Amino acid sequence: MADLVFWIVVGVTIVSAAMVVQSKQLLYSAIALLFTFVGVTGLYIFLWADFIAGVQVVVYVGGILVLIIFGIMLTNKITSVNISHTSVQRGIGATVVLGILAGIGFMIINTPWYQVAATEPEQTTETIGRLLMMDYLLPFEVASLLLLGALIGATTLSRKED
Amino acid sequence: MTVDALMNWFAKLGDFPELAFILAVLICAVPVFLFIALYALVAIYGELKISSFMQDKVGPMGQGVGLHAGKWGLLQPVADALKLILKEDIIPTSADKKLFILAPFIVFIGAFIAFAALPFNQNLIIADMNIGIFYILAVSSLGVIGLIMAGWSSNNKWSLYGAMRSAAQIVSYEIPAALSIIAVIMLTGTLSMQGIIQHQSGFVWGILPNWIIFQNPFTFVAFFIFFISGLAECNRTPFDIPEAESELVAGAFTEYSGMRYAFFFLSEYANMFIVSGIAVTAFLGGWQSPIPGIFTSPAWGLWWFMSKAMFLIFVMIWFRWTFPRLRVDQLMNVCWKGFTPIAMVNIFGVGIWHLMLG
Repeated sequence: MADLVFWIVVGVTIVSAAMVVQSKQLLYSAIALLFTFVGVTGLYIFLWADFIAGVQVVVYVGGILVLIIFGIMLTNKITSVNISHTSVQRGIGATVVLGILAGIGFMIINTPWYQVAATEPEQTTETIGRLLMMDYLLPFEVASLLLLGALIGATTLSRKED
Repeated sequence: MTVDALMNWFAKLGDFPELAFILAVLICAVPVFLFIALYALVAIYGELKISSFMQDKVGPMGQGVGLHAGKWGLLQPVADALKLILKEDIIPTSADKKLFILAPFIVFIGAFIAFAALPFNQNLIIADMNIGIFYILAVSSLGVIGLIMAGWSSNNKWSLYGAMRSAAQIVSYEIPAALSIIAVIMLTGTLSMQGIIQHQSGFVWGILPNWIIFQNPFTFVAFFIFFISGLAECNRTPFDIPEAESELVAGAFTEYSGMRYAFFFLSEYANMFIVSGIAVTAFLGGWQSPIPGIFTSPAWGLWWFMSKAMFLIFVMIWFRWTFPRLRVDQLMNVCWKGFTPIAMVNIFGVGIWHLMLG
């Protein structure tokens, strides 16, 4: 239906993603990342994944991006560092990139993609909740245990010895 | 609802779905902006008058003939707004120009798009999404990035300190706020704003409204946790260390003037309304009438929603002029050692209560 809106969202995502890589200032990259995340959120909405879109904003914009910016601002003198963009070993690099590109392109064309009819799901949040709590409970719990371990580890490492 | 209604109406005129979608969104955005501007004028007037009465003063008044602020100072907020529009727009030479210009937009957009899911009455909601309340909580985190951008790009120590403080504060207080909303969602079983309100219809013993705040003791606590955390997310007193006038001039907004400053100001007031709107929807029955059986038409729905929300905004203003400011460490202690554990216990409490008695 909304082809025009879709291409606007895609444009924002790709242009800002390129700015993340190209910018010479770290903070500019971080701000460009904001627009990339928002663009990806738009793509999720086009896939009718409204809950995942919300999670994308909460986790990536509200959490990870804020942490990245905090990291940049709290690190001494990092904001004025100009990131080098000089390329070395262009020939080999180009060969590797083209090889990977050809491989991925071949894979995309030759994979028999599983296609579902484009119908809007009745409820996304409830389905996700049911799957996480019934069918995939063990992986879910293992992942939360891993995150808890990471949390405790980070706190222990960052604490000053008394 | 409103976007859908407009698109249905456009569909009758002809077959141009993409244009219809963009037009419908734009048509909905204009009244929301006008509403925010108008409501901000009312809230500023309220703030001026209420603060004055609390300090045993009369506040802005108009006397006699000539240029003055109208009867009872009613035109004072209009004069304030005009002043802000006419003020010179200064961008400091050492500021990072691009980010300095972009920051107020990001902050305002974060507050502005949250209005899309606020249910003003039975029909008046721009889009009744399946994930309504989660959407509002998600988009309000956009504002943090804008604040940090403003603080960093101003190239000023007060701005930077203010931005860091407010970002730390908003990120911390999001957690108890979201946890207390989870307690509500466990009862309603839906994230849709209208669904949450419909869950609260009816009366207990024919007189007490079946609002979530009255449904069990844990949600009663959750309401206060949500409201106070919301207050902290708006950077309002007693949680206003990010813009503590006595130490940081104006926090992240120190270098801003004119319209750009006005937009920060506008988004602060818009955020107050959003917090009140969520609190009213999730705990106080939204547009439902508190009196059994009467005043249930959509027009009255609008009246009930607005009066409940404005009452909460009055409470915020009341807090501002009666409480002293918290220190940074006290602020973090309250959040991490007070609210977050209580909100966690609340979730279990709501679940157990609901299973045993619900």
